[in-house]
Amino acid sequence: MTQSADRSPTVFLVDDHGLFRVGVKAELGDSVVVAGEADEVEAAIELILERLPDVVLLDVHLPGGGGKAVVEAVRRNPEADGVRFLALSVSDAPEDVIGVIRAGARGYVTKTISGADLVDAVKRVAGGDAVFSPRLAGFVLDAFAEMAALPVADGSKAISPSFDPELDQLTAREREVLRLIARGYSYKELASELTISVKTVESHVSAVLRKLQLSTRHQLTRWAAERRLD
Amino acid sequence: MVAGVSAAVARRLGVDVTIVRVVFVLLALSSFGVAAYVLAWLFIPLEGEETNIASRALNDFPGIALAVAFIPLLVVGLLIASALNAGWLTSLSWSLLVSAAGLVLIWRNADDSDRALLHRAAAPLAELVTPGSKSRRVLWFRLIVGMVLLLVGLAGLLSGHTTRNGYRPFGGLLLVTGAVVVVFGPWWLRIARDLDSERQARARAEERSDMASRVHDSVLQTLALIQRQADHPQQVVQLARAQERELRSWLFDGRPLGSANEEDLTFVAGVHRIQQEVEATHGTTVDAVVVGDCPLDDALRGLLAAGKEATVNAAKWSGAPVVSLYAEVEASGVSMFVRDRGAGFDPAQVPEDRRGIAESVRGRMARLGGAATVRSVPGEGTEVALTMPTERTGRRPHTAPS
Repeated sequence: MTQSADRSPTVFLVDDHGLFRVGVKAELGDSVVVAGEADEVEAAIELILERLPDVVLLDVHLPGGGGKAVVEAVRRNPEADGVRFLALSVSDAPEDVIGVIRAGARGYVTKTISGADLVDAVKRVAGGDAVFSPRLAGFVLDAFAEMAALPVADGSKAISPSFDPELDQLTAREREVLRLIARGYSYKELASELTISVKTVESHVSAVLRKLQLSTRHQLTRWAAERRLD
Repeated sequence: MVAGVSAAVARRLGVDVTIVRVVFVLLALSSFGVAAYVLAWLFIPLEGEETNIASRALNDFPGIALAVAFIPLLVVGLLIASALNAGWLTSLSWSLLVSAAGLVLIWRNADDSDRALLHRAAAPLAELVTPGSKSRRVLWFRLIVGMVLLLVGLAGLLSGHTTRNGYRPFGGLLLVTGAVVVVFGPWWLRIARDLDSERQARARAEERSDMASRVHDSVLQTLALIQRQADHPQQVVQLARAQERELRSWLFDGRPLGSANEEDLTFVAGVHRIQQEVEATHGTTVDAVVVGDCPLDDALRGLLAAGKEATVNAAKWSGAPVVSLYAEVEASGVSMFVRDRGAGFDPAQVPEDRRGIAESVRGRMARLGGAATVRSVPGEGTEVALTMPTERTGRRPHTAPS
């Protein structure tokens, strides 16, 4: 946890639908401080760098390059290191969501999320944790599923040279955690189901996020490409 | 009567149509009656028309040529008559053949006017009747009749010398029959054609309503779903694709609408269909997440049916605004989880009706070789887990959905 967990986190909204921004502000209520809002990529980058909020709530689909462009541009500036991104959208193609995550977003939630859950997610992201919605958990399981099916145990080198088991494969526990998230379990429910602490759950999810962001394996790219064609 | 002449005459003379008909029938018993009927038909214009058949016939040169073609027939008839030395046949030949030739002209022109009428009455249907092939058929018909008459006449001529008395009435009868066919043939043809176009119209109307209902069941339903899912581009694409597949298979492979859908569904599409149907019917949000995909078989259809039942139960009874539906296709099997954070229940004290529902899901899965477990805590929610091992499905898993 960082210092930002102690006070109300500052939140910046990026969404091209004004009505939605109003709705989100109403749902967030007093739990957070809204530092500003923008409805397109250029303005968002400029204002985020100027105000350096704790969390940017970011629509995946934006005119002018999408949420991914905002994340990439902001993260090129070292002074914006503390800014975390939470992707938020109605429903998107997996490659768009994975794209935003790989660009550096700390999580993804759907716009159907309840106000309380959204506040919780914002606080979690502000505290440096990852937030996986059931849908994102499903996407990640899908992306890594192909790899899990390959014969690794017999030590054969049927796998591409760039394959790094540390990064390119989920552990059994991580898969279990993701599966329960996909089934609709909250971190707390998940922890009691697996008889582990919420902290451990958070660390598993963060580990998955790291793999998702750092893995260079071909499968992930191919998976995304296949999904785009679908 | 046949050409509506009685009615026309009745209108002209101002007498009751029945009287005219009776007069004509009486006259028809003599050959003069037929001639009178025909003459009346010729010169009384159709109601609402300026010209009569006779005036049109004079301008019908191909028709006149056809009528002239009856002259050889007349010659044959006269030959027969002279050979048989039968004066009655001479007069009959003259009268019959001349009127037959005239009738050729008449029916050609009458046919045109009737066709015009038909056009006005049922313009779209009239186009079905291809006039080119029709007139060719009529021409063949005339030719055949002419040939038959000719052959019969010749046969009568050749055998006439030996047993002329026996063949005389027979030959006459044949000629009269032939003439009748020539006279009334076109009418029969037209009646047949009218019946045909009427039948086609009926078939067309039936086809239309059948198509309307099919389009309603499949295309309109899909469009309604697409409107509901307007914010979910992926599902819109999926729906549109499924519908496209279905329409294509209907249009090009002749498979009925609504049936192709089932065959083409993959497991993922099946899960999303559950989501759409439950959301549409019960207004509860279904958060569906599917990992992996594979083609459907009977066992997986059973799994989907059980999953749908569980989802509907959750939407109906739990009171939760959201139902989570998670499905995963793995090498070892296919599993589905239906979870809600609603009322829940104590499995030990289930009311009869809800036990029935749980049993139904469980029994369904057991029959298919799978398993179902229900976990519920009052106040916290319910989770139904359904599993179907791979050996029961005989599927080939594939991660890239078609």
